[in-house]
Parts: sequence; structure tokens; C-alpha cells
Amino acid sequence: MIRFDHVTFAYADAAEPTLRDVNLTVDAGELCLVIGPTGAGKSTLLGLVNGLVPHFTGGHVSGAISVDGRDTRDHKPRDMADLVGVVGQDPLAGFVTDTVEEELAYAMEQLAIEPSVMRKRVEETLDLLGIADLRNRPMRTLSGGQQQRVAIGSVLTAHPRVLVLDEPTSALDPTAAEDVLAAITRLVHDLGVTVVVAEHRMERVVQYADRVIELPGDGTARIGAPASVLATSTIAPPIVHLGRLAGWDPLPLSVRDARRVADPLRQRLSVHAQRHGMSPPMHSSVTGAAVALAADGVVVTYGDTVAVREVGVELRAGRVVALMGRNGSGKSSLLWALQGSGPRAAGRVRVGDRDPHELPAAQARALVGLVPQTPADLLYLETVAAECAQADHESDAVTGTCRKLLDRLVPDVAAEQHPRDLSEGQRLALVLAIQLTASPQVVLLDEPTRGLDYLAKDRLREILRELANEGHAIVVATHDVEFVAAAADEVIVMAQGEVVAAGATAEVVSSSPAFAPQVSKVLSPAMYLTVADVAAALEDE
Amino acid sequence: MQARRQPSIRLARPLHPGAWWLWALGMATAASRTTNPLLLVLVVVVVAQVVAARRGDAPWARGFKTYLVLGLVVIGIRVAFRVVLGGRTGAHVLFTLPQLPLPSAVHGIRIGGPVAAEGVLDAVYDGLRLATLLICVGAANVLADPKRLLKAVPAALHEAGVAVTVALTVAPQLVESAVRVRRARRLRGDTSRRFALVRTVLLPVLVDALDRSLLLAAAMDARGYGHTNAVEARRRAATAALMLGGLGGICCGVYGLLDGTAPRALGVPMLVIGAALAWTGIVVGGARVRRTRYRREPWRAPEWTVALAGVAVAGVFVATSSVDASGLIPSLQPLQWPALPLLPAIAIGFGLLPAWLAPPTRAADRVRPRAAATASAT
Repeated sequence: MIRFDHVTFAYADAAEPTLRDVNLTVDAGELCLVIGPTGAGKSTLLGLVNGLVPHFTGGHVSGAISVDGRDTRDHKPRDMADLVGVVGQDPLAGFVTDTVEEELAYAMEQLAIEPSVMRKRVEETLDLLGIADLRNRPMRTLSGGQQQRVAIGSVLTAHPRVLVLDEPTSALDPTAAEDVLAAITRLVHDLGVTVVVAEHRMERVVQYADRVIELPGDGTARIGAPASVLATSTIAPPIVHLGRLAGWDPLPLSVRDARRVADPLRQRLSVHAQRHGMSPPMHSSVTGAAVALAADGVVVTYGDTVAVREVGVELRAGRVVALMGRNGSGKSSLLWALQGSGPRAAGRVRVGDRDPHELPAAQARALVGLVPQTPADLLYLETVAAECAQADHESDAVTGTCRKLLDRLVPDVAAEQHPRDLSEGQRLALVLAIQLTASPQVVLLDEPTRGLDYLAKDRLREILRELANEGHAIVVATHDVEFVAAAADEVIVMAQGEVVAAGATAEVVSSSPAFAPQVSKVLSPAMYLTVADVAAALEDE
Repeated sequence: MQARRQPSIRLARPLHPGAWWLWALGMATAASRTTNPLLLVLVVVVVAQVVAARRGDAPWARGFKTYLVLGLVVIGIRVAFRVVLGGRTGAHVLFTLPQLPLPSAVHGIRIGGPVAAEGVLDAVYDGLRLATLLICVGAANVLADPKRLLKAVPAALHEAGVAVTVALTVAPQLVESAVRVRRARRLRGDTSRRFALVRTVLLPVLVDALDRSLLLAAAMDARGYGHTNAVEARRRAATAALMLGGLGGICCGVYGLLDGTAPRALGVPMLVIGAALAWTGIVVGGARVRRTRYRREPWRAPEWTVALAGVAVAGVFVATSSVDASGLIPSLQPLQWPALPLLPAIAIGFGLLPAWLAPPTRAADRVRPRAAATASAT
């Protein structure tokens, strides 16, 4: 269906080609997962399929790419619309019309499909994706999962043979991600659509994939069966790491497969647990530390909508707290209210004996630092060095403080680079360094794991741990259960603006089917959350 | 056999955007012919009443207040300039500003000096007229989904269509990201001085908007926008020339209609010629891009009545102004309380008809608070 024949691609101003001599064939009806670290060229590869790269981005292609015999050299993206459907990372950015129904019809209108056929296809697609009740809703009122499904539906109505999805679940909470993935697998199984999907959080998708394309980052590409590619790939979901640790062959890719071969491992671990006591592994030994931030009865409202309803939290020095919950459950509003910059209708926030909301911005950030959901909002200068200097100036810190912090977080950022050219992980680190320059005791991060690959997430976890050990109190709002399992000491789960669960990570996370990490699902009832925990236990023997 | 009956209840449906625009432009034409504050205020009241009765709950439908505020700003600016720069003098001097001595070379220009009631009133009337025009156009924007109007734009203009769609989509998002960036700025301590605001807020916002524009244009392309059947260059050029000529003609015609002092030949004749040219362009270029419509915008009796209501108002005003304009242009020398001319006032009443004659907006669209949306989130 899709053929890449000796394809080499370089962006106009790049020294090195992004892809080098790539040969691969994706057959009709396959679900093909594209994996690789950030910047390895996943999005570029996806863009090449329908010709958005290079027709829209510029750059030089050699070799040939064809979809169903149609060559992208002779066909513009608009002429591939009836063959290839593309859904980008941010579905909202790609919506052309205002309501769901019109959006579904849009591609068909452009392709001059008969109105009677259109009506039928719109109804079919609404049902197929389970979005019939949303038909008259304006786009902006939809939740993230709904938007993603509408975006898929909007390209599906043109009946494309190939569906290209770039990070379809990265912004979604676990349950919404399941909905979207269920819809995608249904397309593959029932309609025989060929799907090419790139995803950082492989643990969600890899079990459904027929084949995996790995882009290691040096421009090459490797395609093969999931188990064989993942056996050697540098980035892999936890379940694969567990499989490698336990020496399972073939590697199980789903929790179900893993559980079926995990009996011996479970027994070994239970023997170990009996010998050493049943206590679940704890990430931090700091207990009873000083309270860094105390909040009580915090209420945030927007018009009639109550975003946060009488929430109280206590953040202790040296602890990493994960804040979880659906999209729109009030996580961001709570973080902004705690920092003092966001609105707060009622309640009390105390850092030491001061309320950050009542202080001028410069003093508030010396108490509580916040890294917002789009860190780039904080950056506006031309070079990393200029941003660092500005941060020192803003915080009245000694010259070079910010740069030193940045070097500690990620050492390899060139001073003259433009902040917009940094990778997601580097940019996050730069903003975190800027906020740390004011040396706040409390650090809040809103969705920092979005767009990070496994390696970058590991580094972020280490950074947060180091900061916690230095006495910072840290809150991370995230959807990423695997990250929470590895990084957090405590978890707070919010729903509809209220706290529905709070406690130690192991307790909160392992008791919930949506929030449990893979390792815990495979090894339950034993309380292990990460591969590292299991490895430590096995070493003890 | 039973004859097909008109349904006894009126089904809610959006009115054809063209009908709303014709109505609004009719009201605007009427407003452009008068400086009588009583009539102008009447026009604004009628327009606001129709908007209140027939607007939906979509994002674009919430901006009417902005247009009202903008109107007030226009009047304010107009008056302020007149007070400072002088202009029309009169017998009733309200107060005297200190006058700035200017070299004799700029003869005729005065900064400061006596401020006459006649001058201020003249500025108020003029500003009110401009504000009313603005509010009429704003009402059309609020009542008719701009994107649906865009769909009615002929396929021949599809390249311009991308630009307009992107602008319409990204402009509201611009406000959103400005708020977001402004909020984020506080997180950095907000030590920036006023002049730095341009750099610290405007730059990230514009970069953001540019990124979004590119993404949207790419998405439109990937979904087949402008999917062309091969056409020869000559036909392309002919279409473009016809369309541009036609639009130019329409612009001139509208200008002629709105400005009472323009030569007669500029009004209706230019409008007709322009429309004819544009229509030819559409027909010639229409073969180029094939598109279909998911839901055809019907043009039925309500559309006719709404459009005709606007045209009627405009017609009465144009006719009155060419016969006897004294009621429409209240006298300033001598200063008089403006009288309410009967015929134009009744005519404005026609403009109110769409508040009942247009079909109601869909109930489902009206009551759908954001809270319900998030509650049912997956």
C-alpha cells in the first residue's frame, strides 16, 4: 500500500538529512507503529506519506514514495485526500469548520461527493466512532478525547485507504486514550484501513500493532514484527523491559500475554516478599518533613463553572506529588491557584506564613514556581543565553545562576541556540531552570511529560528526584501513569474539581484499573510499580 | 390526495447568511444617509433587538457587545479630535482651550482655541453615523456564521478562501493565546516595562498565530481543499480578471450607494456591472474546482422577507434624501433640536420584522453550557 523506495530527505537548512536511504513497504490493512526518540524524524516520515512534506514544509527528497501506486512527486497533498487521511498532533489546530457535523462533511465537500452519499457517510461515521451525540456541538466545547475522535472521523468520511496519525493519544487521559485506540483498532479490523501511527507512549499502542517502524535517530529506519524490533530497540515500554529482565521469549507486548508467562516471576517475587516483609517498595524515605505549602478550601470558578471545588492540599519538602485526573478535571486551575497567578474565588494558600496570591508576581515566584502546560509561553528572547541572562536579572540572582541550573538539568544546550529550535525536553529544562533561578521552595509542573520520549522522561524523573532531595516540594500534573509510578511519592486524583483519592503512589495507583502501570497489572497482587523495583527485588535474592 | 401543507410550527434553522447581510447592509445604507441622531439611535435599537431575538449561541454570536463598545469609541475619538483641532465654529462657545501657536505656513489648521457647541454636536452626529454603520456590519457578523458565508463564495476564489478561512479561525485564537501568554508572563515576575510588552507578549502570540495558520492551511490542503481538475492557464487568468473586475465594480457601486454626494453613475449602474462581471467569472471559473455542498443553504420565503426588509429601509432613505433631506440632516446653524421625520422612522420599523419573520435559531445550540460539555467528557 505504502512504498518508500530509497528515500532520503533533508530539510532546507539542515546539515544532515533527517531520513537516509529509507526502504520500506506497508501492506494494506496493517496497523503500523512508528517509534523513535524525539527528533528522529517520526513526524517527517508521516508527512512524507501524503506529501505534506515536502510540499508544505520545503526540503529535498530523493527516491520515490507512492501510496496505492500514486507517486507523491506528481500529486499534491490535496490530490491525495481521497486516499490518505492525516490527523495531526493537535486536532483543534486542524479543524476548519465550527461544528462536528460540518467538520465531518468538509473533506467530502472538497472531493465533490454527492450530497446524498455525504449524508449517509456522516451518519455512519458518527456511529462508528461513537460521537453521534456530539453532532451539533461546537468544536471548542469538546474534550480532548472527543476532539481526537472527531478529527479521525473528519478524514474518515472521505473513505481513505490509509490513515496517518501523529501522536493521537499523547494529550489524553488514560480512559480517553483507550476510547481513541478502540476506535482505531475497529477501523483496522472492520474496514481494513491501513493505519500508520506515531506514538511516544508505546505501551498503549504496541499491543495492537502488526508491525513497527523504528527510527533510531541516525536517519535509518527498520521495519519488522513488534516483538523482534522491540527486543533490541533503545526505547521500549515498561512491559518490554520487564520481559527482557525476566528473559521471556517471545517478548509479550500486552498485559494479557505477559500475565500468562509471568507466573514463575510472580512466585519468585512472593518468596522474596515473604523473606523481606510485604512492604511495597517506597521511593522516598523522607517522612514527616516540613510542610512547604498548605492550601485549604481552594475554590476556582469561571463564570458559572466550578473548576476547583474546596480542595485542600499539603505539600511537604522533599516529596514529589503527582496530580492526576481527566482532561478538564481542574488540575491546571488548581496549580495556577496554588502559584498565586491564577484566579481563586475562596480558600487559603500559605507558603510559610505568606499567601502568594497577595504578593507581587516577582515575590510570588520566589515562593512557588510554575512551569505551565506550554512552556514556550515563557520564552521570548532570541537565544538561550539571553533567556538565562534575563532570568538572572528578573530574579536578582548572581549572573550565571540560570545557566548553571540549566547545565545541571541538560548539559548540552548551546548558548546561541534559539529557544524555539530546542527539543521539547530541552525547552522544558530551560523553562524549569528559569523558574528555579528564583529559588522557590515549591515547584509545580503542568503536563511536563507531553511530547517527551522515554529517555527524556527518565531524565525528568531524575531531575525531579534531585530537586526533591534538595528540599523542594514538587507537584506534577500528568496523564502518564508509567511516569507517575516511577517518579511520584504521592498521588492526588481529581474529578470534576474535587479530590477523589489521595495517598501513597502504590496505594492509589495499583487499586485503579485506569491508573495502574503495566508492571503492576502484570504482577498484581504483588505491589510492584516499575521495572526498577522488580530488578531491585531480584537482585536482593 | 392530501396537498402538502406548510408545517404549523416553524422549524428552527439558520437563515441564509446572504439574507442577513442584505438586511444589515440595507440598514447600513439607510444610516449612511442621515445624521439625525434620533433616526440613528432608532436604527441601532432595531438592529440590537433583531440580534437579541435571532442570534445563536455559537462563538461568533457573542461579539455584539464588542461592536457596541467599538461604536462608542468611534464617537469618542471623533469628538476628541474635533475639540482639539477645532473645525466648525459657531455662536455657542462652550469653553476655550489654550491655543497652540502655529507657524503661518500651516494656515487653516488650529490646535486648541474656542470649542463651539455646533462643532461638538457635528462631531457627535458624524461619529454616531459611523458607529451605526459599524454596528450594522457587526450585527451581520453576529447573525450569520462568517464561515457559512465563505462557503457561498464561489469556488473560483478558492485561493483567497484559504486566507480568509485561516484568518477567521486564527483571529479568535489570537485573543486566547494573548491571554495565555500574558498570564504566563506573571510567572516570570512581570518585571517588563511597558515598552517591553510588545516584545514579551506580542512576539510569542504572533509566532503562535503563525504556527497555527500554517497547521490549518496544511490541514485544509491534506483534506482536499482546492482539489483541482487540470485547467489551462488562460482560463485561470480570465477567471481572475473577471472576478477582480467584478469585485472592484461592486465596491465602487456600494460606495456610490452609501455616499450621497457621489455621482449617480457610480451607484446602481456600477453595482450591476460589477455583479455581472463577477457572475461571469464564477461561471467561467466554476468548472475549475468541483465541490459539493453537504447541506444546501435554502433561500425561501423568510430569506426573501428578511432581505427585502433591509432593502425597503434603504430604499425609503435613498428616496427621501434625494427629494427632501432636511429631516435626515438636522440643522446646526442655527442650533436646533432635531425633529423625528415620520416616513423614515416608520421605514426603520420594517427593519424590525426579521426579529419575528426569521426562523428561530436551534434550541439545541442555544442552551449548551460549557459545564455540560466537560461533564460528559470521555
